Amino acid sequence: MRRIDAHVHGWLLLLPAMAFLALFTHWPAVATLVDSFYSTPRGSRPARFVGADNYAVMLDDPVFWQSVANNLWFAVGTIPVSIALAMLMALWVNDRLAGRAWLRVAFFTPTILPMIAVANIWLFFYTPQYGLLEQVTGLFGLPSHNWLGSRDTALACVILVAIWKEAGFFMIFYLAALQQIPPSLAEAAALEGASRACYLRRVVLPLLMPTTMFVLINAVINSFRLVDHIIVMTRGGPDNVTSLLLFYVYEVGFKFWDTAYAAALTMVLVVVLALVALGQYLFLERRTHYQ
Amino acid sequence: MLVQMLKTAGLAAAGAAMSVAAAAQTVEVPFYFPVAVGGPITKLIDQYATDFSKEHPSIKVTPIYAGTYQETIVKALTAHKSGTPPVTSVLLSTDMFTLIDEDAIVPIDNFVKTDADRAWLKSFFPAFMTNSQTDGKTWGVPFQRSTVVLYWNKEAFKEAGLDPEKPPATWEEQVEFARKLTKRDAAGNVSQWGVQVPSSGFPYWLFQGFTTQAGVELMNQAGDTTYYDRPEVVQALQYMVDLSTKHKVMAPGVIEWGTTPKDFFERKTAMMWTTTGNLTNVRANAKFDFGVAMLPAGKRRGSPTGGGNFYIFKKSTPAQQEAAATFIKWITTPERAAQWGIDTGYVAVRPDAWETPAMKKYVEGFPPAAVARDQLPHAVAELSTHENQRVTKALNDGLQAALTGAKTPEQAMKDAQAEAARILRPYKR
Amino acid sequence: MSADARLSPFEPAGIGRWLETIAAWALAILWALPLLYAVWTAFHPSEFSTRFDLGAPLTLQNFANAWDAAPFARYFVNTVALVTLILVCQFVLCTLAAYAFARYRFAGADLAFFLVLMQLMVMPDILIVENYRTMARLGVLDSIPAIALPYVASAFGVFLLRQTFKTVPRELDEAARVEGAGSLRILLRVYVPLARPIYLAYGLVSVSHHWNNFLWPLIVTNSVESRPLTVGLQIFSSSDQGIDWSIITAATLLTSGPLLLAFLLFQRQFVQSFMRAGIR
Repeated sequence: MRRIDAHVHGWLLLLPAMAFLALFTHWPAVATLVDSFYSTPRGSRPARFVGADNYAVMLDDPVFWQSVANNLWFAVGTIPVSIALAMLMALWVNDRLAGRAWLRVAFFTPTILPMIAVANIWLFFYTPQYGLLEQVTGLFGLPSHNWLGSRDTALACVILVAIWKEAGFFMIFYLAALQQIPPSLAEAAALEGASRACYLRRVVLPLLMPTTMFVLINAVINSFRLVDHIIVMTRGGPDNVTSLLLFYVYEVGFKFWDTAYAAALTMVLVVVLALVALGQYLFLERRTHYQ
Repeated sequence: MLVQMLKTAGLAAAGAAMSVAAAAQTVEVPFYFPVAVGGPITKLIDQYATDFSKEHPSIKVTPIYAGTYQETIVKALTAHKSGTPPVTSVLLSTDMFTLIDEDAIVPIDNFVKTDADRAWLKSFFPAFMTNSQTDGKTWGVPFQRSTVVLYWNKEAFKEAGLDPEKPPATWEEQVEFARKLTKRDAAGNVSQWGVQVPSSGFPYWLFQGFTTQAGVELMNQAGDTTYYDRPEVVQALQYMVDLSTKHKVMAPGVIEWGTTPKDFFERKTAMMWTTTGNLTNVRANAKFDFGVAMLPAGKRRGSPTGGGNFYIFKKSTPAQQEAAATFIKWITTPERAAQWGIDTGYVAVRPDAWETPAMKKYVEGFPPAAVARDQLPHAVAELSTHENQRVTKALNDGLQAALTGAKTPEQAMKDAQAEAARILRPYKR
Repeated sequence: MSADARLSPFEPAGIGRWLETIAAWALAILWALPLLYAVWTAFHPSEFSTRFDLGAPLTLQNFANAWDAAPFARYFVNTVALVTLILVCQFVLCTLAAYAFARYRFAGADLAFFLVLMQLMVMPDILIVENYRTMARLGVLDSIPAIALPYVASAFGVFLLRQTFKTVPRELDEAARVEGAGSLRILLRVYVPLARPIYLAYGLVSVSHHWNNFLWPLIVTNSVESRPLTVGLQIFSSSDQGIDWSIITAATLLTSGPLLLAFLLFQRQFVQSFMRAGIR
């Protein structure tokens, strides 16, 4: 009797959240898959089953492949750097350097500011000739450069903005982890005569590993989710060198109104992220077993 | 249907409560207007709606401010699909094929019955009508339209030893002047460029200036064929690319549209190509004497038009559509077209609007305002096809590829044409 | 807290400390630069938006212009309504679900938990096309609930609260049960109060995230009545007439002002609650 009760109660408690998750996460994911096998309805022509046509188009679509490549570079560019910076920031703020309260504020403000607004400010920083970056490089007599308008630098520029936006947020998690390290560990290491570098590498870094996993996963998600600055700064240009996958989905779905093809593109994102989710789930399970 | 009836009944009831007499015949005309909300333009439109209702008590026009053009068409198409579109809306002239393909609009010809109506439809600048007609039918009525012009800094011209009153009239002059206007320091760094043609976001529009001047059209009137790989188009692109690579008078790479006026104000460029819609902005912010001119001529002069048309939506009652047509005819009379142009900086859409006393006085006080009009005989329709956004993206990508040096102009246009042809294949009959 | 009381033997010292301080400050200035620029430009006439001249006159005109250019008051109301709606729903839904996962053993719990965690990755942000269609079917397009609905059940919230509830000693739970309290009552009287810091932390994360969210609201709204601040801000960057940084920065400060101010005033609590929300 009590066992049955537990099942019923458990599911009842879960029901509201599950209903919303099903409606706005699971169902759309499945519907996206289904839609990706149909054509886009237009005016008097209803959607019809087209099999894997949308996927065939996708494989032939150079902009898709470029967006995939861009997104990988974007991930490779943002994730390690923002994690390393976050760790460094956390160590500095934790170490009570002079004015650490201000340091913390400075590192953390990007998290508070809306990307859509700061992207406009970054646009000024990158403007040729009189932009801030140019004013600084000009002082050193470097030649003017069209940062966002040339294909060599545009992607790097948007990567930098993403790093700036993320690092401070990740810092907080490292700061939390650092403050949970018992001081006795440091004292013991000091007694052993360990150097600071050795202590950081042998003691602190391993203790930060779980945090790093957590941050890493967040960083991976963000690298597929952050497109606000693309919309403001480059609209995917020049010639698609800053087009990221989600931006391309937005363009195809809401500018070209080709919802079926947008669905096929979304599936790529869903599959990639679902794989990461699976990895994360297995990882979390293992961690709880160890605890 | 029931919902519609209930709604109508509800509206009628509400109307009855306000004015028992008029309630029975009042026709509601919801009207989407693209404006970034706020500012003086909404006040103007509200005033027009009120004035119109005074003259036509049986029609009630309700303006709904829907944001940018992009947001407005999204809103209009969504509403169309769910069955409750506006009765009329101002949308980009280039949205015509999209609206036809979605079966969302009716031809304006349905409402042209009398000789006066026919005369009205003929009264607009032909350059604006080319974007409003296809298949022998008229689908849109020009309202807030623009075109590309050249702005030049007279002081910079003087410093460079050029006649400050004489803008470049040909491609050769444009290069020659720009070369004199480009200032370099000892290290070779440029402090002022000769000319600037923006190429971010929608480079095809400005590029269409070059192609028109090269004497070629980018698409057919049926909107199912593009001519991106014609030799003249490649020539036009070569000229544009040469400005920065060969002549070194324009900044290399893709130039941001949004910062171009600022570049001009900051004297980082002595000439710029941009929309007539920037006239008021430049007038307010340029701290130097400036001029506005037609774009320089290649084989001929030329510029694309741009901006928005009135459309009438299919899923509304015949009475509503008639009422909307009445409103559109009313708001595009010469006097109102002139006043709208003066108030907003858009190009008044019909020649006789420029003969009205108000417009004559305005042009006398501010001659640059007439440049756009003078250029109209040379203007062509803005690039617009079926699958418009995609087909223009193919061109945009090609242009940016050439401007950033990834492809030769020839290769870039060949690829763009192949892509456009692929997209348009289903529309060929 | 104990870490604060004693100085770690591995604090940087000597020259190293100086170098690290300088490096930290250099990075901090770099990080604060966009904000500093925003403050500079917003308070000076537009000629000085690209020139940094200490003698430049101060002005509030940019704020007035920005305020006139868009109905920011309305956008504020919309944004506040939006984040409140999301937060309240998230608290309720996530609390119930987390309680189920933490304290009930029911059939399919593992599968259900996996399905929840799924959303950590396959989040609504990427399912824009399909969610837009759902909103159209529900007939709620262009409304504040339409922006909020995909986010009200949050995997992050469920996960965070489940971990917290698991740390509540069973004895407390059983003591309350002996006194005859029902499950929901126990949840409200025992679990929720103990998890208060986590609620605060999660609330802050949620509010700052949705205050700044852009893509989905951009897609799903198209009128003043439902548009949040971020979408309202966008009109400044998509203008025909080019970019006017004076107005953009003024608008930026106006719109993120409350969050920024709250952060500066309560930064210690803010950061600490973010830290609590971190990892368990």
